[in-house]
Amino acid sequence: MDVEERDEHSGHLTTGHEWNGIKELNTPVPRAVYFFLSLAFLFSVGYWILMPAWPFGVSYTKGLLGIDQQKVVAESLQQAAVARSGWVKKIETEDFATILSDPVLMKIVRETGRPLFGSNCAVCHGTDAKGGKGFPNLTTPSWQWGGGPENIANTIRVGINSAHPDAHSSQMPAFGREGMLNRPDIERIVDFVYSLSNPESKDLNPEGVKAGKDLFAANCAACHGENAKGNPEVGAPNLADKFWIYGGDRRTIYTTVWGGRQGHMPTWEGRLSYIDRKILTLYLVDKRQPDQ
Amino acid sequence: MFWTRLNFGKLQVGEHVALPLEDSVIRQLTKKERRLALLMLIFLGFIGAAMGILGRDDPLGIHGVLVFVAAILMVFFLGSEYYAPEPSNDRLARYYDDPSKVGIVMSMIWVVFGLAVGDWVAWLLVDPDLTFDAAWSSFGRIRPVHTTSVIFGFGGNALIATSFYVLQRTSRARLADQLSPWFVLVGYNLFCLIAVTGYLMGVTQSKEYAEPEWHADALLVVVWVTYFLIYLRTLARRKEPHIYVSNWYYMAFILVVAILHIVNNLAVPVSIGHAKSYSLFSGVQDAMTQWWYGHNAVAFFLTSGFLGMMYYYLPVRAGRPIFSYRLSIISFWGITFFYMWAGSHHLHYTALPQWVQTLGMTFSLMLLVPSWASASNALLTLNGAWHKVRDDATLRFMMVAAVFYGLSTFEGTFMAIRPVNSLSHYTDWTIGHVHAGALGWVAMITFGSIYASVPWLWKRERMYSAKLVEAHFWLALSGTAVYVFAMWNSGIIQGLMWRTYTESGTLAYSFIDSLIAMHPYYIARAIGGLLFLVGACIGAYNVWMTVKVPAAAMEKAEDTPLPMFPTGINVQPAE
Repeated sequence: MDVEERDEHSGHLTTGHEWNGIKELNTPVPRAVYFFLSLAFLFSVGYWILMPAWPFGVSYTKGLLGIDQQKVVAESLQQAAVARSGWVKKIETEDFATILSDPVLMKIVRETGRPLFGSNCAVCHGTDAKGGKGFPNLTTPSWQWGGGPENIANTIRVGINSAHPDAHSSQMPAFGREGMLNRPDIERIVDFVYSLSNPESKDLNPEGVKAGKDLFAANCAACHGENAKGNPEVGAPNLADKFWIYGGDRRTIYTTVWGGRQGHMPTWEGRLSYIDRKILTLYLVDKRQPDQ
Repeated sequence: MFWTRLNFGKLQVGEHVALPLEDSVIRQLTKKERRLALLMLIFLGFIGAAMGILGRDDPLGIHGVLVFVAAILMVFFLGSEYYAPEPSNDRLARYYDDPSKVGIVMSMIWVVFGLAVGDWVAWLLVDPDLTFDAAWSSFGRIRPVHTTSVIFGFGGNALIATSFYVLQRTSRARLADQLSPWFVLVGYNLFCLIAVTGYLMGVTQSKEYAEPEWHADALLVVVWVTYFLIYLRTLARRKEPHIYVSNWYYMAFILVVAILHIVNNLAVPVSIGHAKSYSLFSGVQDAMTQWWYGHNAVAFFLTSGFLGMMYYYLPVRAGRPIFSYRLSIISFWGITFFYMWAGSHHLHYTALPQWVQTLGMTFSLMLLVPSWASASNALLTLNGAWHKVRDDATLRFMMVAAVFYGLSTFEGTFMAIRPVNSLSHYTDWTIGHVHAGALGWVAMITFGSIYASVPWLWKRERMYSAKLVEAHFWLALSGTAVYVFAMWNSGIIQGLMWRTYTESGTLAYSFIDSLIAMHPYYIARAIGGLLFLVGACIGAYNVWMTVKVPAAAMEKAEDTPLPMFPTGINVQPAE
């Protein structure tokens, strides 16, 4: 049964075995296989001698080069910190006005701030910082908790309605749901508030605006101010400008007055370093300058 | 030449038109086998009922109902012909191919389903709103549905089906019994079904490619041990003096997958009534065990098994002898030995001690040599038959598979080198690499083997349409190319963006920037996947039409086992 045959095409002998018509040639293993196998093995032996490689007992061979990945990481982090220390020191110690007027430092703020904002803030405020419904546009002059660099830095540090002990507390009451105002009164307030940012609008209801003004003074002015221009001390937004967090159409204003608003922004103290938070502050101040 | 015998040269035209299966599955079982099957189904029904009752407040209960209903349906199926007369001993003179037929049909069903879900996942990455706001359709759930369906559903069924076919032919012996192959097929598909439905309910171990929870894992252990025993028992009956290469590979696949599966899934359930379990390993040991499993699943499930397929179907289809028996031996032991060490290259630059990473990297390097030796052995076997590769899309599937096997093993070794890995790790490059292997190698060799075996199994002269095989080939190849190129680009861009620093020494890009950069490649990947899916649908249609449309039935004269007892009374080879 085991008869070796010569394959006409290759000229090699078969092994003489046959399975369901399949035969195998007895072709010698090409030299290249042994060559590359030896090469790979020799490389591996060399690598084992130089690097941490084989375990024995509770330890392992450390390798002649004495390389340890934990140490490599620690050292490169340290070197990177040293390389950055020049400008980092300046941003840490100099005040906002000085940094804002230093073009070299502001170039660093822009190129470092963009990815920092992208990785930490963009998920709510958008990569362009223009926000969305429920998330304020950060490129406008209108700031709920104050737009000065110190205000922004503090807001980033403590957050809004967050777990931070000094967190900004933003609690607009649910005037409708809690029974403080009835529906017709809320509608009058909506008429008034809507008229503030749309004084030229044709669908204003003059009676509602007039009645709403009194209701506003009695119920809303304590936080938003007599002129409805807001109060950054308590985080009450300006209602007389074009900028809205939740929307400035009548329906949304009604929803806001009826159900109240308690927005949330996390505290970044403990998550981002002081330097990173200061860079983000400067980045935002810089970003809205063209608007002012 | 002797090979011509395989090229349909001596086929005889039979008189009858073969049914999809030769005879009713149950009629072919002996009365003793039917009785045993009934007992096993009753036991399965009890297990299902117990799971349903104990796990009534848990997804485990839903799986209990699933198992119970499956058992009841199979009892009715068995009952329909339970009292049919004892089958004639003539059957013993033929190979037992019905399990292979069912396995191939199952693998075609799973591939269409699995690729469709895969393409959905791809579009989901293009547009995250495509979950339609449901929990079950979120990325974390349908992604393992895709991987399990294609790897285990498609690949596993194809491996079981072809291994039974090849085992019998190369041993010239019929499978050792008729019940255990069905136990393996039914149990295995039940495992896949429990796994996939579990993910949709949020049941997962969170171990990549080992997501199924303990109750599914336990079922697979029993199924897999039975599968291995079928192999050993049939090999023990073989009429050939030597064991053919394919069987070494299939056996390595079954044996090692059993070891991997058992060790990586050692876990304690929170209670007998809950699907949730906790692994026996923790921290970095858990990570190492998982990637020892994960990489050897690639090695022994997705490589060894399919090399077994290749070593049979490629030489038969080409009508050429294997290029070198000696090279087969070197490659087999090289792959088997080196792969076992390579898993730690999945954990470069992590908490895993560096010496383990060194071993993983160096063994991955050495592994390239036997891998390329296998690919070369396949391609050199085609010398003298390249005109057939040109004309025959089925053989071309196998040839391209061997090329992709060579490409992805080279790429894998390259990516296992630590400095390269520091760029490629966690990026889409890895996804591209996996799919070069999964689409280019695993799926192509499987489609080639299925197109070769379907006409042999159902006694047809050829596939229903050679043009459709040709269309499938080009769709599969272009889909794979688009997919892999898209992921190479996306992965390398992503990796470079993550490590780009500004002059002031801070990161130049945010993570969102890299997502925006990847978006066009995600669209390209989803289109590549769609091409591959359309090809598979055409393949399923072609297989279905080949089975359904009665062609002139063909009988291969010598396609029978040698008699078990040469002096037997009723048992004679058909020849």
